[in-house]
Amino acid sequence: MTALLGPAELDALRLSLEVAGRSVAFSLPPAVLTAWILTRARFPGRTLFDAFVHLPLVLPPVAVGYALLLLLGTRGALGGWLHRHFGIQLPFTTAGAALATAVMTFPLMVRAIRLSLENVDRGLEAAARTLGAAPLDRFLSITLPLMLPGILAGAVTAFAAGLGEFGAVITFAANIPGVTRTLPLALYTAMQSPDGDALALRLALLSFALGLTGLLGAELLARRVRRRLGR
Amino acid sequence: MLRVSVLKRRGEFTLAATFSAPTPGVIALFGRSGSGKTTLIEMLAGLLPPDEGEVQLDDTVLTDTRRGVAVPPERRRIGYLFQDARLFPHLTVTGNLRYGEKRAGAAVHYVRFEEVVELLGLAALLARRPHELSGGERQRVALGRALLCQPQLLLLDEPLASLDVARREEVLPYLETLRDWLSIPMVYVSHQFEEVLQLATYLVLLEAGQVRAAGPVDEMSLRAELRSNLAPDLVGSVLDGRVTAVDADGGTADLSIGSGKLQVSLRGAAVGARVRVQLLARDVILATQPIQGLSVRNALLGTVAEIAADEFASVLVKVDVGGPIVLARITAGARQALRLAPGDAVWALVKAVSTRGRAFRL
Repeated sequence: MTALLGPAELDALRLSLEVAGRSVAFSLPPAVLTAWILTRARFPGRTLFDAFVHLPLVLPPVAVGYALLLLLGTRGALGGWLHRHFGIQLPFTTAGAALATAVMTFPLMVRAIRLSLENVDRGLEAAARTLGAAPLDRFLSITLPLMLPGILAGAVTAFAAGLGEFGAVITFAANIPGVTRTLPLALYTAMQSPDGDALALRLALLSFALGLTGLLGAELLARRVRRRLGR
Repeated sequence: MLRVSVLKRRGEFTLAATFSAPTPGVIALFGRSGSGKTTLIEMLAGLLPPDEGEVQLDDTVLTDTRRGVAVPPERRRIGYLFQDARLFPHLTVTGNLRYGEKRAGAAVHYVRFEEVVELLGLAALLARRPHELSGGERQRVALGRALLCQPQLLLLDEPLASLDVARREEVLPYLETLRDWLSIPMVYVSHQFEEVLQLATYLVLLEAGQVRAAGPVDEMSLRAELRSNLAPDLVGSVLDGRVTAVDADGGTADLSIGSGKLQVSLRGAAVGARVRVQLLARDVILATQPIQGLSVRNALLGTVAEIAADEFASVLVKVDVGGPIVLARITAGARQALRLAPGDAVWALVKAVSTRGRAFRL
């Protein structure tokens, strides 16, 4: 293992997993909420909200990173406030890389969760209602468990996509070894250096292996959940 | 008493239903599909708000649009058995059964888990998941789940409609047991008169969103409004009686019905048991003189109360046999030959084997 992976590769791998993991953890609760709002709530401006949620899918990632920098940079509107009052700094940190990744993968997650929510039989919620379950109780005991396949699928897809997020991360969090230099950033850096060919190849192979493992794992997990639900 | 008076508009369809029915008992909401039965019980459950109106169960006002009362379904304690069972797929049978029980809170727990499992024969199913159950088993679990929420009213929306005949037999006897065992009122939605006969004590007839007639099942069996909603072969008077004697070898029982006596084909009923029979109008023979030498077991003397037009060339004769009324369908030709008119004395001849007696413990 160590023969194949030097400290630079291991660092990049560890960082990629951490950034993707934290970004999923960040975005899962708001993604469930957003999916719920988009599926169930009826309010003026819903279409606009829907479009806004999907923006990162169509914007250049660099533009998203730049927007985040404007908003959350230490001199940005929100970032400055966070920095002054809580001492929180996001740009050029691992947390910042995770946040940029979360924003980029958010629409993927929302789409998967929304699909599963649309498939939840409203009749089951009505049944839970007649059995004495109040709204929040109903959501937690019926709707959420039935959405689980979609939530898992969304989380895994977002995680896998998050491992490879490049543009938004490098723009917002820069390319700092050990802090924000994830796999794709390390790969890019290796390609830029004159003697980095071997390293670049190893990093590329590592990315392949990681992606394949993630997708296979997601499929197995989804099958197990579906079997439990009898579908 | 269940008092209902609701108005609901849904596109072209308007439901305007008013009735009150005695409780406890099994109230059948009977009508063709599209008559508004499901809409009506959804309003009883609170799942659908009426545009206007009231729903009151005994002393509890559940809905009153004028006073702004609308108890949400989760606080009504009304058990609802859906046509399609609606078991929670991510929970086991036990999880489903306990779902409502856990949420019944401080309400009096008069239905116990073990009782329900025993009564509905669920012991072998407890660890299974809904997709591992047959249609009949699913309905039984759903019924148990509804009971365990400790309901003060049980709504059953065509619980047998999605089952084939064999599966119905897996559920119907349990519904009978339930009716006889529990004193909670039930509202039973159906378009199958057979089920109504077997279960109901009170019948509310819905037609195109309106209550056409309502009353006890035996009285309703004589009403023209109900007849027009039945297949002609199902028309006949329903009589509720009590077993006075049992002839085990002959396979018959004697019933006292009003002041008269009726011998019916019936097994397994004890003396004193309540029994409901339906005398199909097409099976009743009328005679203007006493008849001898026939195999017919019942000759009920009565007077012609009314002669109503029936379909095609037949008439429906209502015969008062000393309180209860028997319906006889005869051809217009037979009526002329006998010169039947209201007030005439006639014998209604009923074969014991043509009656379908059912023990009824209400």
